[in-house]
Amino acid sequence: MAGTSIMETLFQRDLDDLIKGIRQQQIKESLFISKAIEEIRREIKSTDLPTKSAALQKLSYLSSLHGADMSFAAFHAVEVMSSPQFFYKKIGYHAVTQSFNDDTPVILLITNQLRKDLNSSNQFEVSLALECLSRIGNVDLARDLTPEVFTLLSSSKVFIKKKAIAVVLRVFEKYPDAVRVCFKRLVENLESSEPVILSAVVGVFCELCLKDPRSYLPLAPEFYKILVDSKNNWLLIKVLKIFAKLATLEPRLAKRVVEPICELMRRTEAKSLLFECIRTVLSSLSEYESAVKLAVVKVREFLVDDDPNLKYLGLQALSIIAPKHLWAVLENKDFVIKSLSDGDYNIKLESLRLLMSMVSESNVAEISRVLINYALKSDPEFCNQILGSILSTCCRNLYEVIVDFDWYASLLGEMVRIPHCQKGEEIEHQIIDIAMRVKDVRPALVHVCRNLLIDPALLGNPFLHRILSAAAWVSGEYVEFSRNPFELMEALLQPRTNLLLPSIRAVYVQSVFKVLIFCAHSYLLHKENISSVNTDNLASEVPESVFARMSCENSDFATSEAPASSEQHDSFNPRNINQSFGDLSIENGGDATVSNGQASTSASLGRNSFTHESIVNLFNIVELALGPLSRSHDVEIQERARNVLGFTDLIEQEILNPVVQGEENLARAETEASRVVKLMCDAFSEELGPVSTSAQDRVPVPDGLLLKENLADLETICGDIQLPLSSSFSLSSTPLGEAVDISRTNLQSKDETEPSHESTSLLAEHRKRHGLYYLASEKSEGASNDYPPANDPMSQDKLNDDAEDLLKLTEQSLAPKKKPNQAKPRPVVLKLDGDEISIAAKKPELKGDLLSGVVQDVLLGNDGVPSSSRSNRSENLSGKSKGKEKLSTDLSLETKENVPGEKMPDHVNTSSRRSKHRSHGKERRQKGQGKDGEEKEDNGQKEKRKSNHHRGKHKAHQRADEPLNVVAQTPVIPDFLL
Amino acid sequence: MIYALFADMAVADNGSRQGKVRLTKWYSPYTQKERSKVIRELSGVILTRGPKLCNFVEWRGYKVVYKRYASLYFCMCIDQEDNELEILEIIHHYVEILDRYFGSVCELDLIFNFHKAYYILDEILIAGELQESSKKTVARLIAAQDSLVETAKEQASSISNIIAQATK
Repeated sequence: MAGTSIMETLFQRDLDDLIKGIRQQQIKESLFISKAIEEIRREIKSTDLPTKSAALQKLSYLSSLHGADMSFAAFHAVEVMSSPQFFYKKIGYHAVTQSFNDDTPVILLITNQLRKDLNSSNQFEVSLALECLSRIGNVDLARDLTPEVFTLLSSSKVFIKKKAIAVVLRVFEKYPDAVRVCFKRLVENLESSEPVILSAVVGVFCELCLKDPRSYLPLAPEFYKILVDSKNNWLLIKVLKIFAKLATLEPRLAKRVVEPICELMRRTEAKSLLFECIRTVLSSLSEYESAVKLAVVKVREFLVDDDPNLKYLGLQALSIIAPKHLWAVLENKDFVIKSLSDGDYNIKLESLRLLMSMVSESNVAEISRVLINYALKSDPEFCNQILGSILSTCCRNLYEVIVDFDWYASLLGEMVRIPHCQKGEEIEHQIIDIAMRVKDVRPALVHVCRNLLIDPALLGNPFLHRILSAAAWVSGEYVEFSRNPFELMEALLQPRTNLLLPSIRAVYVQSVFKVLIFCAHSYLLHKENISSVNTDNLASEVPESVFARMSCENSDFATSEAPASSEQHDSFNPRNINQSFGDLSIENGGDATVSNGQASTSASLGRNSFTHESIVNLFNIVELALGPLSRSHDVEIQERARNVLGFTDLIEQEILNPVVQGEENLARAETEASRVVKLMCDAFSEELGPVSTSAQDRVPVPDGLLLKENLADLETICGDIQLPLSSSFSLSSTPLGEAVDISRTNLQSKDETEPSHESTSLLAEHRKRHGLYYLASEKSEGASNDYPPANDPMSQDKLNDDAEDLLKLTEQSLAPKKKPNQAKPRPVVLKLDGDEISIAAKKPELKGDLLSGVVQDVLLGNDGVPSSSRSNRSENLSGKSKGKEKLSTDLSLETKENVPGEKMPDHVNTSSRRSKHRSHGKERRQKGQGKDGEEKEDNGQKEKRKSNHHRGKHKAHQRADEPLNVVAQTPVIPDFLL
Repeated sequence: MIYALFADMAVADNGSRQGKVRLTKWYSPYTQKERSKVIRELSGVILTRGPKLCNFVEWRGYKVVYKRYASLYFCMCIDQEDNELEILEIIHHYVEILDRYFGSVCELDLIFNFHKAYYILDEILIAGELQESSKKTVARLIAAQDSLVETAKEQASSISNIIAQATK
């Protein structure tokens, strides 16, 4: 044994050797390290302390720089740490501090060693222990060592005292009850004449304040004194941070500190302190005009400085003030825009954020134009950053800042053209979202989408495919606004679409279907019109009434007239039951869309464009393009393509070959074909609306219905339907649209075999059969949601009924934001209940409740009569843990001796303050005790409720806190402000 | 509060710009995995930044303040509320003290006296807070501890001690 020990000692590699070794072994570093660790594993088991400690030192080196695991050495580290010799002890402590965490099992073993070292006469040993505690202290260590730390807080050695103060922070955090013991001494140190001590204690309070400022309001006088008297910049920065938190809670305090801070701002040379002053003023004292002005002047100095650090911080300071004083940003607008082209990415980012914070209804167009120009010039990363922030700013609060949606649609189109654009998902989402929410934008949006679809170059960029999918969907869904459906059809069928993903291509095919039906329908109508013009001169009358009805059908409630809507009632409801009536309404509808299209600027789509040749041509194109797709390997594409082809087969010979047949034949064929077309058109004319993400939650579960956790058998029922459950309209690939589309596709295939059936009745049947998997029933939805369910046949109706109400409602909600002199009325944006929920900011969780509660307790007891405070204390302590009685008496002695409340700024009238203080104190104490009792009760209840009532618990917390806070503030702050 | 400090060396010659870490200190408990991940990510961000840019980087809700001295980057990870300029001063303070202690410090000093660099740091920062702003005081404290260590070392490595152990 002895022999090996000597050998090991003499031939062991020490740390220097190890480092040299690593530096020489450039190539196989990892190999060398694993070998070294093997060595260490052997050496560390040695009984010889030098060997052991050298091994430990090597290990901690490897662990900190090369990421080696040192958990196996935990016990050895404890052994080395307990060595009486400082040299080894230091190595041991270093290893423990570095490697231990709450999960280390041997952490339980070090309590006694730490206690011993904390009581050591060697100040460096004490320092080691404190250092260690500050890093690895857990609940147990903090609790068990609180008495030692408390003793050290009044150590005569500055070196120890300052470290003990810093460690208190960790102890408080882990074991809040330590506050009862140590807080008093901590506060006393605020009076220390030693700058190091003062700095340490202010540092602790600064950290505590960041977590829960309210509890430390009573200490404001002490902090104020430091703010006024101190010349130490480190210290002043921390005090400013404290006041930044406190001033927001107590306006009178803000009034008091604003002048000293301005003074500091004027005279200081140190940039760090200056910046802290600026930040404090801008974030917490923004009501004081003169202070803000001064701060903005200083910010300006930062902005024009050559130092990029100051530039960056200047921009950051501006973004703090932007919400409250926009003028400060506008004043420096040119600089902010200039920073967009700075060489530093972080500065660019900061100025972009700032620019976005300036956005309002009036300047959104201007700012977006500037930014798009920058985006064109900048590197891909920043370009997408710009696009992302434009998109997120514009869609904030349901497109709050957008007035001109036509402009916004074209902006989205422009973004797609930017070469580096990778925001496909976001743009896709917004295109569909505004199409569904904002009716007025549809014509413009369809135009934008057409431009996107028609450009073959865009198909080559995979980042844009999702946008194209949205564009295809919009053009199909709102095809009635298209200026030239034939052109659109060609765009949708162009050969390069084979570059698209199958899922997106499926959307294309579906859009083809919609466009095709629209064209066929328009063609038939056109023909009928011609014949009706020929027979009698009703033509002039029909379109007129039709237009009125159509405007209702579009639920363009802003412009709909009352008589028209009542008339529309008649034609709508019976549609599902009464075939002929339904036909009429659809006929009208189709016609009206055409005239609508005309009204909305497109003159190119004359009725004459639907000639026989063009329709034949259209059918040919579709068959030619979709023919190969009907053998596609992708189910979605194959199925949809086959549906379209089936439809063309059905219609073609009847519509397209009228010349061969005689007059009577023609008439008969027309009616059959037109009936099929009308059916399909009917199916597609139902409008899709946005669905609230929480819509499904609102559906009450019927009695006796057992909802299954596992939806495995769903697949057997809905094997052909993908995702019927998706209730959000986040539209990863337009799930809402697709889900509906697919169900329609099903209907359509059934229609082929039984064309006499009503599509809507089929839908109803399906709903009845699989009602469980449908989103909602009309009743429950209607009651709780403003907007009816997307796929509800009654929805149009309801919308019209409620049109006026809804209009009022939206106007009301928009009223405060609207400017009276707006040139163009903002189109209605549909809102859902669910949107509000997601927008509403969540209340921040109450953090550090426990700690602040204790701090308030202690501060309350601060200037109380000793006897009562003693009883209070001992009560508290005995409740918490045994063996603390002795301490508590110590403590109450302390309380008697010191009344920290007395230490006030010199200029305060002490006597009057004191007398007031006393009376306040008495009142407060009585109250305080009462509240304490209450609090305890509350706590008791809280514990009982904890298990099942999360919310209840939260409330109990607040209730317990509130009265305390009031009590804590009132006695001290008014005195200070006298 | 300061969460972590590490000194990172830029290795430009092999072209990878991958840093070599010379010093790490963590003021909150993180697992070994987290530590390596943080360092990897941050050195990727920081070492690629060119000269004459600002010394602040935002990273996962924290701010990172770094400063380059010769080939070494000193980085500190801090809270959003912290004062960046103050942290820069702390870094500078630390480097000055190192400089004083080693006599114009260079990277090799840190490599071979890695523990000493820690002990010095421990006198400057505690629990993530600055504890001593006087360079003189720090120097004095370090010297005192060094002499303690030396005596202990001498005792331990004296021949008589080794013989005593060997014959135990």
